[in-house]
Amino acid sequence: MIGRAYTWLLLGWLLLPVAVMALFAFNDTENRGNTRWQGFTLRWYQHLFDRPDLTRAFATSVVLALVSTAVATVLGTLAGLALGRYRFRGRGAVNVVVLMSVACPELVLGAALLSMFVTLNVPRGFPTLVAAHVLFSLGFVAVTVRARVAGLDPAVDEAARDLGAGPWARFRLVTLPMIAPGVAAGALLAFAMSIDDVVVTGFTGGSTVTFPVWVYGATKTGVPPQANALGTLLFAAGALAALAASRRRPRQSSEPKITEEISR
Amino acid sequence: MAASACGVKGRGKAPDADFWRGKRAAGKLSWANWPGYMQDDQATIKAFERDSGVRVTYREVIEETGPWFGKIQAPLAAHQSIGFDLMVLTNGIQLEKCRRLGYLAPLDHARLPNFEKYAGPGFKNPSFDPGNAFTVPYESGVTGIAYNTRYVKEEITSIAQLFDPKYKGRVGMMSDSQELGSFGVFAVGADPEKSTPDDWRRAAAKLRRQRDDGIVRKYYEQDYVDAVSKGEVWLTMAWSGDVYTMAGPDVAFVVPEEGGTSWTDNLCIPSTAEHPVDALTLMDWLYVPEHNAPLTEFVNYITPVPDTRRIIRADAQKASGKKAKELTRLADSPLVFPNADELARLRRYRRLTQDEEPVYQRAFEPIPRGA
Amino acid sequence: MARRGRFAPYLLVLPGGLWLLAFFLIPMTLMASLSLQSGNLIDGFRQTFHWQNYRDGIGVYGGVLARSLGYALAATVACAVLSYPAAHWIAFRAGRHKTRYLFLLVVPYFVSFVLRTFAWRQVLTDDGPLLGPLKDHGLLPTDFRVLDTGFAVIAGLTYNFLPFMALPIYVALERVDRSLPEAARDLYAGRAAAFARVLLPLSLPGVFAGAVLTFVPMAADYVNAEVLGGPDDTMVGGVVRAEYFDNGAYPTASALSFTLMAVLLVAVLAYARALGARNVLGDAA
Repeated sequence: MIGRAYTWLLLGWLLLPVAVMALFAFNDTENRGNTRWQGFTLRWYQHLFDRPDLTRAFATSVVLALVSTAVATVLGTLAGLALGRYRFRGRGAVNVVVLMSVACPELVLGAALLSMFVTLNVPRGFPTLVAAHVLFSLGFVAVTVRARVAGLDPAVDEAARDLGAGPWARFRLVTLPMIAPGVAAGALLAFAMSIDDVVVTGFTGGSTVTFPVWVYGATKTGVPPQANALGTLLFAAGALAALAASRRRPRQSSEPKITEEISR
Repeated sequence: MAASACGVKGRGKAPDADFWRGKRAAGKLSWANWPGYMQDDQATIKAFERDSGVRVTYREVIEETGPWFGKIQAPLAAHQSIGFDLMVLTNGIQLEKCRRLGYLAPLDHARLPNFEKYAGPGFKNPSFDPGNAFTVPYESGVTGIAYNTRYVKEEITSIAQLFDPKYKGRVGMMSDSQELGSFGVFAVGADPEKSTPDDWRRAAAKLRRQRDDGIVRKYYEQDYVDAVSKGEVWLTMAWSGDVYTMAGPDVAFVVPEEGGTSWTDNLCIPSTAEHPVDALTLMDWLYVPEHNAPLTEFVNYITPVPDTRRIIRADAQKASGKKAKELTRLADSPLVFPNADELARLRRYRRLTQDEEPVYQRAFEPIPRGA
Repeated sequence: MARRGRFAPYLLVLPGGLWLLAFFLIPMTLMASLSLQSGNLIDGFRQTFHWQNYRDGIGVYGGVLARSLGYALAATVACAVLSYPAAHWIAFRAGRHKTRYLFLLVVPYFVSFVLRTFAWRQVLTDDGPLLGPLKDHGLLPTDFRVLDTGFAVIAGLTYNFLPFMALPIYVALERVDRSLPEAARDLYAGRAAAFARVLLPLSLPGVFAGAVLTFVPMAADYVNAEVLGGPDDTMVGGVVRAEYFDNGAYPTASALSFTLMAVLLVAVLAYARALGARNVLGDAA
């Protein structure tokens, strides 16, 4: 019983700021700062898109997260497949680079990318953001997929080959369905990391502003309640997606996969 | 090193008369500004679009001058567009760098008749941009001291009070090295505009002691407003317009007797702008008092167009109830329309040469960084 | 698991590998080079093998670097201590609701951490919902504060990175054979001894992995220090950011971030060596 109470206490601690954020989306505040509770209102949800800059930053974030997740998922899945299924020259080296990219502090990643863009005179904007976001999620997808592949029975794939299935058919009909949970978990992680990133984005975005970067900038003058409302919606959407993903395979919880691999 | 030694002086570009040759109005422009520096519904921009037929893409992408400079430096150096035709830069190290590096378009004053006509005399020909060669003011402000009268039971009149051990853990300072340095120089009895490296050393030592004695609770960017309104800090360095707009009713603002810092956020056109003529049109349009008044009514900083006060008074008469009171308060506020006595005590940041800049930065920068 | 298909793995790895090469390995190399250049923004930078950048950076900000490592270490320990009991309970006692609890553990992190950290400021403010009542009842001195202290920074770090510790511990515990703890209890008599001799050693790989996953990003974090800390709580990440952005001092900033990375790398490798590499880095090491 103590264990249960403690776990809930910990979860309460983790969820408290989320509740505060959601609450202040309903704050009937008049001046620009939204830090003191002044009564309940729904008007921030009614005027959700009244701040064109905030709306644009939010849209940029969503598009960026979708694009970079798609690219990182494809590249990461392929690499994860190779690392989990085959022995080949350079496998160890690739593994180390992948792990380094996962473990490298965001700050160092951002700084290194900025150094390169500055040295090569690459103008920073949406394309450089895609490059950066794919980079920091790629490794996570690869590691997640590798963990999944490593747990598969190779006999299934061999059986499919014996039945005359070509490589593409085997991938589509046999491998993909089996690694799908790993791919989904990796994609979810990639999306969550992209949509929340401030550090790398700040370094590589130039004058392209994303939702968290805009909010970080606005904290100096006062975050408008619409930001809380959008943050709450994002939280709800993410929560639903994660719930759907974990519901589909109740026994294979998706999140721990990655840590499982690293801790092995 | 040899190459840099001979190249330094010639780099600052003189206003280039040829810049405007062949440049035509395009009917559109994009503008980079600070968050909160325009009405939430962007009414001023909509009015300009109606008046001029120019379509404006307005972005609040400048969070701080330093990082903004970091973002635009690379494309400007490579003669690439930064995606903006107009931007707002505070006078100071980064503006100086932009001028020196030839990153700004020289202004064609023949196309700025309203600036000539309506800009207040104190806003023309500033020391940081002689002859307004590259910039015209957008809004100005004063750095002084804000204090919460619920906690501070004496009158605050002096910078020395920011160093008073009685306020241990209750003082806020600014993290920007030009702001912090200027107040440090005031505190050791020197004039920031004319300060010497020796003044900087003494000022830095004093500021460092203030930090190490635990008097400073935090170094702020702009988030001091909330902190002083709640009483987390009792007195803090502050910007006039912020206090006017955002602080709670208990917060008072003073220009200290030693002096305060005045700064100007300036409109300027990057040298790689794609629609510079339209940017110039907008600059000029903003100087018509009728156009400027709604903006000043919102941002509450010091406008370069003194006639705006007349319009705001007239608006106050037309309005009723709460709105009328607000506008009267604004028109009467010394924070928005400072009196001559206060203006006389204001100093600008020290203008730094390229050799002085690292010395200055090395003196003050590590202090808010905890080193 | 050796498989046929000599080109397949290379083809599969190629796109991702190229991405890592172009946007990870090359930038790192360039940063290493930039950290040894001299010059300034106006005249440009050139390679002069200017080791002074490192000496300057460490000379001025060595203390800040040490503090960053210290805070990260404290927060890593806090993460382990706080999350172990919960991970243990979820792994052994949550039954079929395991997934739900794991989900609850992760779900706060869908909120942008900027918004989360600022929500903490609202909760912890001097006379706020938490401290206000305690002060009103005389349980705390009126001068007491949490915000803008080192404690707040460590707590913020702990909060923001906790799942990276909790999940690996959970995974490690989850692997333990159910019957083992019971057998151990019979053998050693006493729950404490059984735990210390059997369960804890078996779950240590999870703790080790969690320590790496939390310590490294925490040591480089600066948002917590900037938002929750005071003048004596700054962390080296903030200096690097400011040197890049505010000053355009790319060589100094590169030198500092390289120093940080080198220190972290040495720390992680030493740690891995001491504990056995497989525990920490998986089959890559």
